Amino acid sequence: MSFEKFYVHNGQSWPLEQVPVMDEASFRREILKSCETGGRLVNLFGYHAQDKNLYLCAVIGMDQEGKLSVFAARMPGGQVHFESLTPVLPQAHLFEREIAEQFGIIIQGHPWLKPVRSHQDYSFYEIRSEETHEVAVGPVHAGIIEPGHFRFQCHGEEILNLEIQLGWQHRGVEKMMAEISLERAMLVAESIAGDTVIGHGTAFCNIIEALSDTEVPLQAEMIRIIALELERLANHVGDMGALSTDIGFLPVSAYFGRLRGEFLNLSMELCGSRFGRSLCRPGGVLFSLGPEMIEDFRRRLLKAQKDFMEIAELFFSTSSVLSRLESTGRISRQTAEELGLVGPAARSCDLERDVRTDYAFGMFRFQHIPVSTVVSGDVYARALIRRLEAQRSIEFLLEALDQIPSGELLKKPSALKPSHMALSLVEGWRGEIAHVAITDAQSRLMRYKVKDPSFNNWIALSLAVRGAQISDFPLCNKSFNLSYAGHDL
Amino acid sequence: MWQILLNRFKQGYRTIPYPKSVPSFPKRYRGRPVDVKGEVNLGELLFNEEAPKGDFTYSQDHRLAVSKKEDLILKDNEIKLARALDEKTKRLFGRSLKLRQVCAGGCSGCEAELQVMNINVFDLGRFGIQFVASPRHADGLVITGPVTKNMELALKKTYEATPHPKIVIAVGSCAISGGPFRGSSEIRHGADQVVPVDLYIPGCPPHPLTILDGLLRVLDKLDKH
Ligand code: SF4
Repeated sequence: MSFEKFYVHNGQSWPLEQVPVMDEASFRREILKSCETGGRLVNLFGYHAQDKNLYLCAVIGMDQEGKLSVFAARMPGGQVHFESLTPVLPQAHLFEREIAEQFGIIIQGHPWLKPVRSHQDYSFYEIRSEETHEVAVGPVHAGIIEPGHFRFQCHGEEILNLEIQLGWQHRGVEKMMAEISLERAMLVAESIAGDTVIGHGTAFCNIIEALSDTEVPLQAEMIRIIALELERLANHVGDMGALSTDIGFLPVSAYFGRLRGEFLNLSMELCGSRFGRSLCRPGGVLFSLGPEMIEDFRRRLLKAQKDFMEIAELFFSTSSVLSRLESTGRISRQTAEELGLVGPAARSCDLERDVRTDYAFGMFRFQHIPVSTVVSGDVYARALIRRLEAQRSIEFLLEALDQIPSGELLKKPSALKPSHMALSLVEGWRGEIAHVAITDAQSRLMRYKVKDPSFNNWIALSLAVRGAQISDFPLCNKSFNLSYAGHDL
Repeated sequence: MWQILLNRFKQGYRTIPYPKSVPSFPKRYRGRPVDVKGEVNLGELLFNEEAPKGDFTYSQDHRLAVSKKEDLILKDNEIKLARALDEKTKRLFGRSLKLRQVCAGGCSGCEAELQVMNINVFDLGRFGIQFVASPRHADGLVITGPVTKNMELALKKTYEATPHPKIVIAVGSCAISGGPFRGSSEIRHGADQVVPVDLYIPGCPPHPLTILDGLLRVLDKLDKH
């Protein structure tokens, strides 16, 4: 059975009935075919429609062409079986596990259908041998970090396998979004991952704006991406500091740590919160960036730029740093592609993927940040990509400050359109954030699907440390710095 | 080597003189609510811009920590800030307080602000306060997050593993009331539903100086500087 492809834009909404619906076998075939021809799974999720039927919906991104296609399958009633895509399409692995957990579907032939966020009835993978041993850490860790459980199967110092069990932070975000008022949902969206407030906040706003045909004032669009780049800067710089700490290069770690604060403090100037809370609201932003503040920002950014260049230079020109980073935790380009990695984790494996360019949203439709890539795929590459991206973000901000359009800040959205679907992709600092929403016939949100970039990238950490020394784990972990909260929802 | 020394020189001394002087907050910072009509629950407040709805205004005051849950309810401009520990406990913890942090859900915003207290700008160590790696080495717990169902057991175990006497500090509106996730069936609504809490530090997330103020307050270290 063939059907006409249904293409959508980032930040668009469309009547639910326009989504091509097919049977399960064609759905599966369509996903595989799209992914063979340059497509990538942006999202794969289930939802109950108002006709009580269960649907699976796929969003495929053709990154090179900047096209997004959407299609769905209606599942038969009763106990549902679905033939797993994972053996041929590894990037589907976690999406399928999530669907199995959320909807009780049996995914046949999935290589490892373990729970994603629930901890019931699960026993860990184990290598039984007299020569191997197991190291288990978490969920409560030694540092001030989020909870996760890591199990290493080791032979001496060598890691044979690392199993990562998450879900400890599961707060029921998706379920809540469909139950609470839009005002509250905005605040929950800002709390999906505390270091990605602007990223997830913007994605949520875009969804509501798409569903209500709200034209966001250009000034607000500009302020949003300024905040988004500040968020990227704070986190990238912070991550470089964390890497320095792990290597034991303490002066540099302290400088980066302080510098991260400078970016957070700019965000606080702008909206009163170091993490950008209360800035983005459906229809625009709550705060302006006036001439005086622009001057202050420029001055502080120029200073930060100078500091950053010097500190980064010190970091990257120290041979002991380089020898610790190079060749550690390498992911090949092919693996990155097969797993569907996103964000800096993908770009450090020479994959040119960036929502800001591929599916330009907001002001990025008019303003361009060149995409950086690094080829080596190791911890070094993941450090370097942050340096490059941070530099470009500062340059971008310095230009953007000159070009803030005038006009309104906020245009109140009207009511949501009934029985519509909307999609929003945002390039957060960790990579592609994807929100999808579906409204029911009464215009209420009936399904809200969130995908944090960490959802794509956690598996990469497991593979990066395979065959490495246990002592490489902290460094590899920091080099990805993935979100537990964003994954666990 | 020379590069490192040169940079060290250029970077200078960065620790702020808090609490001797309090740095000024930007105009848009949302601190303690004032001009309260009716009442405001600091434990539930997310300190978001639209929250006041004419019932109060945000001030620049960063001090928010209280000892008792009922003190979280602001009725007028007064706030009953946290009091110091009793003499005996103060003797034990006053010069050296080791804390174990437990993230029990939440969004990680509060952890980020706790982490920052170790960097040179705030330099928590100069007050004798330190985050340690094991509950067995700790005098108390700092809890963030609403306590998700999945973290409840781990939190209880960590609490039990911490030797007596111990203090428990709930940081952030999640850990006090469930925060933005209030009403979700996947969470308990705050740390004190699982373990007894001695100090509540409101905010979403609280500013590092709000947290520092709370800690110094219970240790009775504020007026000594
Ligand atoms: S109180 Fe706010 S910042 Fe802190 S964990 Fe909860 S949602 Fe995040």
